[in-house]
Amino acid sequence: MRVMAQMAMVMNLDKCIGCHTCSVTCKQTWTNRSGVEYVWFNNVETRPGQGYPRTYEDQERWLGGWTRTRRGRLTLRSGGRLRKLLTIFSNPKLPSIQDYYEPWTYDYDILTTAPLQEHTPVARPRSLITGEHTKIEWSANWDDNLAGAPELATRDPLIKGIEDKVRFEFEQTFMFYLPRICEHCLNPSCAASCPSGAIYKRTEDGIVLVDQDRCRGWRMCVSGCPYKKVYFNHRTGKAEKCTFCFPRVEVGLPTVCAETCVGRLRYIGLVLYDADKVLAAASVAEEHDLLEAQRQVFLDPQDPDVVRAAEQTGIPRDWIEAAQRSPIHALINTYRVALPLHPEYRTMPMVWYIPPLSPVVDVIRDTGHDAEDHGNLFAAIDALRIPVEYLARLFTAGDPEPVNSVLRKLAAMRSYMRDINLGREPREEIAAGAGMTGEQVYDMYRLLALAKYEDRYVIPPAHAEQAHGLEELATECSLDYDGGPGMGGSGPFGESSGGVSPIAVENFRMLRDRQSSDTMAAPDEKAHRVNLLNWDGKGRPEGLFPPRRQP
Amino acid sequence: MTALQILLWVALPYVAMAVFVVGHIWRYRYDKFGWTTRSSQLYENRLLRLGSPLFHFGILFVVLGHIGGVLIPKSWTEAAGISESVYHALAVTLGVIAGAMTLAGAAILVYRRRTVGPVFSATTRNDKAMYVLLVGTIVLGLGTTVLGNLTDHPHDYRETVSPWFRSIFYFQPKPELMAQAPLGFQLHVLSAWALAAFWPFSRLVHVFSAPVGYLTRPYIVYRSRDAHLGTRSPQRGWERTT
Repeated sequence: MRVMAQMAMVMNLDKCIGCHTCSVTCKQTWTNRSGVEYVWFNNVETRPGQGYPRTYEDQERWLGGWTRTRRGRLTLRSGGRLRKLLTIFSNPKLPSIQDYYEPWTYDYDILTTAPLQEHTPVARPRSLITGEHTKIEWSANWDDNLAGAPELATRDPLIKGIEDKVRFEFEQTFMFYLPRICEHCLNPSCAASCPSGAIYKRTEDGIVLVDQDRCRGWRMCVSGCPYKKVYFNHRTGKAEKCTFCFPRVEVGLPTVCAETCVGRLRYIGLVLYDADKVLAAASVAEEHDLLEAQRQVFLDPQDPDVVRAAEQTGIPRDWIEAAQRSPIHALINTYRVALPLHPEYRTMPMVWYIPPLSPVVDVIRDTGHDAEDHGNLFAAIDALRIPVEYLARLFTAGDPEPVNSVLRKLAAMRSYMRDINLGREPREEIAAGAGMTGEQVYDMYRLLALAKYEDRYVIPPAHAEQAHGLEELATECSLDYDGGPGMGGSGPFGESSGGVSPIAVENFRMLRDRQSSDTMAAPDEKAHRVNLLNWDGKGRPEGLFPPRRQP
Repeated sequence: MTALQILLWVALPYVAMAVFVVGHIWRYRYDKFGWTTRSSQLYENRLLRLGSPLFHFGILFVVLGHIGGVLIPKSWTEAAGISESVYHALAVTLGVIAGAMTLAGAAILVYRRRTVGPVFSATTRNDKAMYVLLVGTIVLGLGTTVLGNLTDHPHDYRETVSPWFRSIFYFQPKPELMAQAPLGFQLHVLSAWALAAFWPFSRLVHVFSAPVGYLTRPYIVYRSRDAHLGTRSPQRGWERTT
């Protein structure tokens, strides 16, 4: 047993209202630079729909992820190492910018500089790729809320074979939102596809990152990832991907997408897993067994043997405790309501989803029946084959049984809690109908419905924050003034060449210290740049005000 | 031996080689982030799919040909029983095929670079200078070979250019050999030195990150978090110990 810790996420899709706040805040944080205009580390898709980039789930076309050979070995679907090197000069499976969308801006300037004229001036769209005027034809969420669904959603790769049964007339269809980030897989095919070995999985927390100094822009990761969550920065010529906001997670803060989520539907926590079992679990013969195989890879953090093994591999005590309180472990293995996205890609993804009950509830409510009655709900889950089949294609490689089981639990929770809220006697048989006890249902309700901040995010900080805090006392670089040599900028080889400008986030604890201490926390004698964002309002840092004029 | 000969066939090669080596070391240390292929495949794929493999595989064969014709002494191939006429026939045939592939690929890529809007606007002045030197060198080399054979006076460069080139590396340069070579070879060689001197400052550095290690490394790379967290290198005494 080789115990490793993995930072993972679960999203409760019933709560997603498709507001795109996560996408926007993520973009503002990570991809608001030139070269990644078209890149959304976090995007929200309306399903059924084609997704972003268009039809990325059609692996017969894109050949992402892993496949199992007849001899039972795992190999990259797009071909082995030699094949990758031979096609390196022109990647045959790279999505074009049109498969994502051509990013644009507007001629805002026209609005203020146009001469006096009869008609109101119009800001025309301009492509950020060519710089020319353009016609906007697609975007990352062009088919939001099933817009254009009769034509567009029929090309969703997941409804192949059931096209005639999925209705796209407004009144008859079902839909839900699917927010997606990088899956930070246990068996990442992007990392396996990278010829330079620049993509790596961190041993401490399992976050998958691209080493920007080692990436050489071969683009194989983009086509290797079946979720198409590695992107090519066309200005710097390097691959970029979701970082799980590691500078925040390292100091115990949730990712930006999770922190800003309006529906509070994201959960972040640790799972412990057995690294020796990953490959075998990813190679099981039957695709329907992949979900259970991955669950078996996770270890029970309460098990004393696991705790001992974890301590032996150097996982700190507070990390083990965090893994024991982890909402992720509870949702995946205790309540068993979270399911992975496309386990059939065999990458062992680590962002899991609680499938939405809402398509079922909506149908019952629309027919005038009681949508909170467990009998109605259970019957509808069994009867509504299409939404369940669709969810199964997303989350369980097409096996409806686990989806049914999750939906029954969610339905039972709905009915069981109604009795409690109305002051009636709770009925154990409802919980039993979903294979749970009333107490379990209540605990699950607390985690899913109340979803307190501390329950949703159990993130142990990395063990260097003290050193960092101490370090910050007197190590500001004296060249780090605005426009100074320490500020980066452009080198002779074009944009962002030369030394790196590091990612900085205020140390959470230090910021809290400053905000709550009675004395001045910032060293006022240091002639360093005044950062109004973390100025604590106490004292007068030098340089904040102009020097006082002597009378 | 005139001063010009010494300048062109002794001083220039050493300067170019020094710039090549030191330039690469400097570039690697200063600009790892800028060390990339700067692929433009995202913008355009139809022409690239044809031109890029044609050019790259072509130039790999050209490099192999140069190793065979320039680095390996004539006496070795003759000792191996390959006569001059056999060598010549082989070299010209394979060389012209590889050269034509390279040139055709380069022509497609240059055409693409000029006509496809996004690719053109992503082309820097550095790229343009590199293209002039690279395509110029290829054209001069291929032209010299083809012209020499068409006029039926093929020059045996293995008596002049090759021994001179090798002499540079064992620090007993023989500029008089190179001075005897026809003008076409001289121009090709001068252009190649200019390209070598420009190399470390261009996108051509990606040649030295050819990912051959991919064939042997494990699929998944695990790495520990950076030894120092936060934004700067740790202070002395505050480094992480594990």
